[in-house]
Amino acid sequence: MGRTIEVTINGTRYRHEVEPRLLLVHYLRDVVGLTGTHIGCETSLCGACTVLLNGAAVKSCTLFAVQADGAEIMTIEGLAEDGQLHPIQEGFWQKHGLQCGYCTPGMILAAYQLLSRSPDPSEEEIRRGIEGNLCRCTGYQHIVEAIRYAAEKQRVARGARSE
Amino acid sequence: MIPTAFEYFRPTNLSEALALLEQYKDEAKLLAGGHSLIPMMKLRLAQPQYLIDLGGVKELSYIRESGDHLLIGAMTRHVDVETSEVLRQRCPLLTETARRIGDAQVRNMGTIGGSLAHADPAADYPAAILALGAELRAVSIQGERWIRAEDFFVDMLTTALAPEEILVEVKVPALGPRTGTAYVKVAQKASGFALCGVAVVLTVDPNGVCQDVAVGVTGVASKAYRARAVEDALRGRALDASAIADASAKAAEGVDPLEDLHASAEYRAHLARVWSRRAIEQARASI
Ligand SMILES: Cc1cc2nc3c(=O)[nH]c(=O)nc-3n(C[C@H](O)[C@H](O)[C@H](O)COP(=O)(O)OP(=O)(O)OC[C@H]3O[C@@H](n4cnc5c(N)ncnc54)[C@H](O)[C@@H]3O)c2cc1C
Ligand code: FES
Ligand code: FES
Repeated sequence: MGRTIEVTINGTRYRHEVEPRLLLVHYLRDVVGLTGTHIGCETSLCGACTVLLNGAAVKSCTLFAVQADGAEIMTIEGLAEDGQLHPIQEGFWQKHGLQCGYCTPGMILAAYQLLSRSPDPSEEEIRRGIEGNLCRCTGYQHIVEAIRYAAEKQRVARGARSE
Repeated sequence: MIPTAFEYFRPTNLSEALALLEQYKDEAKLLAGGHSLIPMMKLRLAQPQYLIDLGGVKELSYIRESGDHLLIGAMTRHVDVETSEVLRQRCPLLTETARRIGDAQVRNMGTIGGSLAHADPAADYPAAILALGAELRAVSIQGERWIRAEDFFVDMLTTALAPEEILVEVKVPALGPRTGTAYVKVAQKASGFALCGVAVVLTVDPNGVCQDVAVGVTGVASKAYRARAVEDALRGRALDASAIADASAKAAEGVDPLEDLHASAEYRAHLARVWSRRAIEQARASI
């Protein structure tokens, strides 16, 4: 009872036959081999499995791969370009936004959505934007600072481009 | 956490979906945002043999104005309600309610139709839908019918929908003159669901007397309910603090509050009273 799906992940097109009950997170990790997307709780609560589906942050443990047929997906592996960290990744690096790093891929993708919807977020907006992502290590403070760093860096880059 | 196997359909229009549902009835489940159903399937509390994904039925995703009403398609995601400019202006109670649901990821996937059809006793929308006196349109192969919000919620996880019916549309009145609304919620810390959520629609006459009021309460009982005793006590009264407090004291009258490890029945009843008062005050302040 397989079903063929076609998805674009980080700009590369994939075509696979999958069982309808295969969760998107298992598809990404086990079929495509992109293990940057983590599984924390598997019960829709922790956000470690967050990826972008057509630009929207979703918990990939709470979606069947077949639902993503035809979609564009971005995972943590798609962020850096030409070996250059994305500003959000750089922010997590500079501001110590991670300790064990388990929550980090999901946290970064939640932050990615937040900054695309709201490029200059207040601290409250940042905290609300990552409400669906749990971190057991950092106490969130450095994560908030990392996201603020990225917002600032992107603002400067935008300014430079528009000059 | 692997669901049992099922056959998957992805219809691209409503009639295709209805035909599939008619064919498989009880053995099929509709999949909307999947944010209640997939967790249940992973726990094997739900084991549908056929899954009919409404994700491809684009005609069910819209927010439209229709005279003094607003029409919302069942597949409209929480995030689209939360960020709708039309709703913010003409039915702010719904945007405010959607904003309080889950987290950003949940709001990207969950739909208003899925939330109402699921009828979780701690879901947010039911309180607002009851307070607004919404009407819900259900369609099957045989035809369509309108269901009043108050007749829709039957019991915990049980609605008036028949197995072969699809909820397609929610119809709510636009905000009238001299009317204020509010949704307040005490969330269970871990899940974010409502221990108690209260939605209020309040209309005052030119002298500040309560002309009409509707109070919807969720999280407290096995299904969301209209707090009629509060409404009756307030209608026709001047809206001073003591009138609001007296009326709100009746918020759990005649209901049998839920009890679980997060809150005793007594505490839930207490929350209903306190937060009804706050919701009414907030609605009044918003006029
Ligand atoms: C981590 C987490 C936190 C959450 N927090 C909250 C919260 O704070 N408040 C809150 O209210 N909710 C919360 N939810 C639930 C969320 O809002 C769900 O999205 C919603 O309850 C169900 O909508 P859905 O579109 O995902 O429906 P699905 O899960 O796809 O479906 C739910 C049920 O409704 C049926 N159904 C779906 N659409 C229709 C239709 N059009 N006609 C007939 N039947 C239909 C399905 O067959 C299924 O039985 C949370 C969920 C998660 C995972
Ligand atoms: S693994 Fe998906 S939310 Fe925790
Ligand atoms: S860094 Fe360890 S869980 Fe967040």
